[in-house]
Amino acid sequence: MAALATPVTAPLDYLLHLADNALVLGQRNAEWCGNGPVLEEDIALANMSLDLIGQARMLYQHAAAVAGDDATEDSLAYFRDAAAFRNYTLLELPHSSEATGSEESALDYASTITRNFFYSALMLLLWEALQTSTDPQLAAIAGKSLKEVRYHFRHSRDWLVRLGDGSAESHARSQSAVSHLMPYTQEYWAQAAINHIASSETAAGMATLQTRWDDLVNDALEEAGLQRPCVMAKPAHGKNGQHSEHLAPLLAEMQSLARAHPQARW
Amino acid sequence: MTKSPHPNPLPAGEGVRQNDWPLWEVFLRSKQGLEHKHCGSLHATDAQQALQMARDVYTRRQEGVSIWVVPSNTITASEPDDKPAFFEPMADKIYRHPTFYEIPDEVGHM
Repeated sequence: MAALATPVTAPLDYLLHLADNALVLGQRNAEWCGNGPVLEEDIALANMSLDLIGQARMLYQHAAAVAGDDATEDSLAYFRDAAAFRNYTLLELPHSSEATGSEESALDYASTITRNFFYSALMLLLWEALQTSTDPQLAAIAGKSLKEVRYHFRHSRDWLVRLGDGSAESHARSQSAVSHLMPYTQEYWAQAAINHIASSETAAGMATLQTRWDDLVNDALEEAGLQRPCVMAKPAHGKNGQHSEHLAPLLAEMQSLARAHPQARW
Repeated sequence: MTKSPHPNPLPAGEGVRQNDWPLWEVFLRSKQGLEHKHCGSLHATDAQQALQMARDVYTRRQEGVSIWVVPSNTITASEPDDKPAFFEPMADKIYRHPTFYEIPDEVGHM
């Protein structure tokens, strides 16, 4: 019986949520390509963007198979509009905090590192849990992604400590980034349909992950000499499709080529 | 001169000019290789950071399975001026190359 049963697949919305997270952050961080503070970091961020885009591809391919019809990885990535994206709002924000201005073109490395840290700390726990997902395809993607996120976590944590515990300027910028971005992480835990799916698909529910995420974050902030702000802000709603004003321009840049030449191959 | 589209993310100041960071020599061992081979150098603030940067800069195409980083200033190198004294005396000692031995057929290709 079991051998003949249709393989279990995760719900489409959940796969898109994971894929959109990876794609949007991968695209955001690619803005550092050619603009890195030092050559080695420029390459490191491009490497990590490519890891994320690779994860997004695997997830979109799986999602396309689940969606059926004519869906492909490209149609899901390039032909959905902002309201259809299910990524966390945190991941679409520009590389800036209040202290460095909210100018779209500004690139503040402390903001980049802080966001990467907040996200990789979550994915470190989530990919680990998803390895035992009842969806075998998703479990395999989790296994591969876990290796990548371990490095992303190490890289961002290392830099967060260096910046927090560095010069007066780097400390001020990283504190500002932590204060600015921390409220957006509330969305990880805020109730939404996606969280119920996550809880049913993973061995550990999101509530269990929250405690462990807090431990990872508090530990790093303490080592970095940074203060964790008291978060009372209303959570963001990107995972429900309600995004900030920053997602549409990001998607426009990313999707314009595919939309101008829908049948293009390379 | 064209202006960068983005303002410098790390303005020149305390500890942010990479030229102030020490230089490290990077050695990689490939999957097939037994020894680490020199592949380049980079600037980093300490050994652990140098190791991570070496991973990102020098192993993107699966070049290595092991990395060593060594502070460049700990390497003692021969001087170009020493070349005649160091290396030229070897030029007329061709008998040190094993090219004069007859290799028995049973040994095959060496």
